[in-house]
Amino acid sequence: MAAKTKFDLKMGSATREAFGKTLVQLGRENKDVVVCDADLSKSTMVHWFAQEFPGRFFTCGIAEANMVAIGAGLASAGKIPFVASFSAFVLTKGFEQLRVTVAYPNVNVKVVGTHSGISIGEDGPSQMSIEDLSLATALPGFTVISPADEVSMAAFVRLAASHDGPVFLRAGRAKVPVVYNPDQQFAIGKAIELIDGSDVTLMAHGLMVAESLRAAEILEAEGISTRVVDVPTIKPLDTGAVAKAARETGAIVVGEEHLVDGGLGVKVAQAVTQSHPCVMEFVGVTTYAESGTPEGLLQKYGMTAANMAAAARRAVARKK
Amino acid sequence: MQTRDISELQDFCKKIRRHIIEMITEAKSGHPGGSLSAVETLAVLYLEVMRHDSKNPQWKERDRFILGKGHACPVLYATMAECGYTPVDQLKTLRKMGSIYQGHPDRRFIPALEASTGSLGQGLSVAIGMGLAARMDGNPSRTYVMLGDGEIQEGQIWEAAMFASFHKLDNIVAIVDYNKIQLDGFVKDIMELEPLADKWRSFGWHVVDADGHDLLALRRAFAEAEATKGKPTVLLAHTIKGKGVSFMENNPKFHGMAPTKDECEKALKELA
Ligand SMILES: Cc1ncc(C[n+]2csc(CCOP(=O)(O)OP(=O)(O)O)c2C)c(N)n1
Repeated sequence: MAAKTKFDLKMGSATREAFGKTLVQLGRENKDVVVCDADLSKSTMVHWFAQEFPGRFFTCGIAEANMVAIGAGLASAGKIPFVASFSAFVLTKGFEQLRVTVAYPNVNVKVVGTHSGISIGEDGPSQMSIEDLSLATALPGFTVISPADEVSMAAFVRLAASHDGPVFLRAGRAKVPVVYNPDQQFAIGKAIELIDGSDVTLMAHGLMVAESLRAAEILEAEGISTRVVDVPTIKPLDTGAVAKAARETGAIVVGEEHLVDGGLGVKVAQAVTQSHPCVMEFVGVTTYAESGTPEGLLQKYGMTAANMAAAARRAVARKK
Repeated sequence: MQTRDISELQDFCKKIRRHIIEMITEAKSGHPGGSLSAVETLAVLYLEVMRHDSKNPQWKERDRFILGKGHACPVLYATMAECGYTPVDQLKTLRKMGSIYQGHPDRRFIPALEASTGSLGQGLSVAIGMGLAARMDGNPSRTYVMLGDGEIQEGQIWEAAMFASFHKLDNIVAIVDYNKIQLDGFVKDIMELEPLADKWRSFGWHVVDADGHDLLALRRAFAEAEATKGKPTVLLAHTIKGKGVSFMENNPKFHGMAPTKDECEKALKELA
């Protein structure tokens, strides 16, 4: 089976770690890269940048709204600011600033939200960001990216920096399996087909990509030919890949560590209805979670390979 | 205010500190530093200052307490449990799935909590709303809200501060747990707050400076707050982050790190 041999899904580092490391390399290559932090540098991993480039690192205190607008000013004056905090705070507290000082005038700010989703675990719902993609995708002109592993995160940090315009980059707290070879090429707005299949397509971002690959193995064993597509760019969406999946497999399951009321699922549904309407199922959170272990929470709130497989079976059944 | 023997309060504080250490050790994550710094303040509030009844948590005229710096919930959970609100024997389920003792205060699990907090900067505004409602209803209820010194870097705090004095709200008391440390290090290195008393004064507040580990000083401070009419009072409680455990005191490392089993034993020995 292709899925088994191709993806051994060895555990890698958290995407926030890949972000922090790549940021340091970017800092060495481009002196215009600056970083703003809101008292979470050791959690968002921008502390490595702070150590090497203290003169280009600005701690804003616990004041996310102010930080975002400072980023807007820095960008308007020619810098490439990365403003980082927990996703739950930077997007919510900074939203109006993102709207009026960043999105509306189309200013080149890179917003990084770490600790996304419910897999942060024990800290509980106040720190879990499950609305961030709804918010970020609501902002016209924003590019919204949620990488699946350390390899894609490293690439997208660079792509975000060289992209001219506002970007939201979503990172996770927990370690995630490595999906990609180091030489994989990425582009903003391009989905990546990881496994081809003809009965159903699993589309996902973030840690749900690895779960989808595992789900595909389960489904293949049952005789359901499963396509798996990683959609790291949620906006602009790769509508071509969506239309192709709809046309060729007739059923799409979207899996994401986010509220099903927003995020990738609704974007794909919108694209599908405009191109080739097909059966769809949605795997994600439907309400605020609670404290617990990351694994326990993903299980309880239905974001595992088993949940993806179950949704795929439902979708395939509905096709007939 | 019903005063108690100081030795009784001291014993209570020691018991709370032991709970904090044991709860966080068992959970393997959590925030010991800012919990330990707030122990005396909560003890004086819950045992002496506040009018409340754990048998009747929804009593309309109760005084209310909001922990703005929600990450320090172990001190609140332990204090409320020892006051009879919630089971003491479940304290060690902190942060586990299904526990009422969630990682941050969560009213879905403990309805006696006055607010679900965890995102810093919002507790003061909520307290003001409660104070306004009490005044409208002629309700003697007073509202106390504890803020972190890092937390008050949030702009919303100062919007709220302006509002409270403008509306002459004298039934709310803000307490700044002024332990001089936030998450990434010392407040003075991240975003200095001084001159802090002057800031609050210029926002129209009555300011009381006190040693936040001195039970008598805290008792006096809250009495002064209650006697202050026509403006809100802020208590700048000068504290030590990690207070009571030598290797945690003034140590930024223990903002958000659980003690190991060994460290737990050492800490409990110091708190014997
Ligand atoms: C809005 C918001 N931003 C960031 C955080 C992450 N955070 C949790 S605790 C903390 C530091 C708080 O410092 P302080 O208020 O001084 O609390 P204490 O030192 O008393 O624990 C930070 C930044 C948060 N909970 N909420």
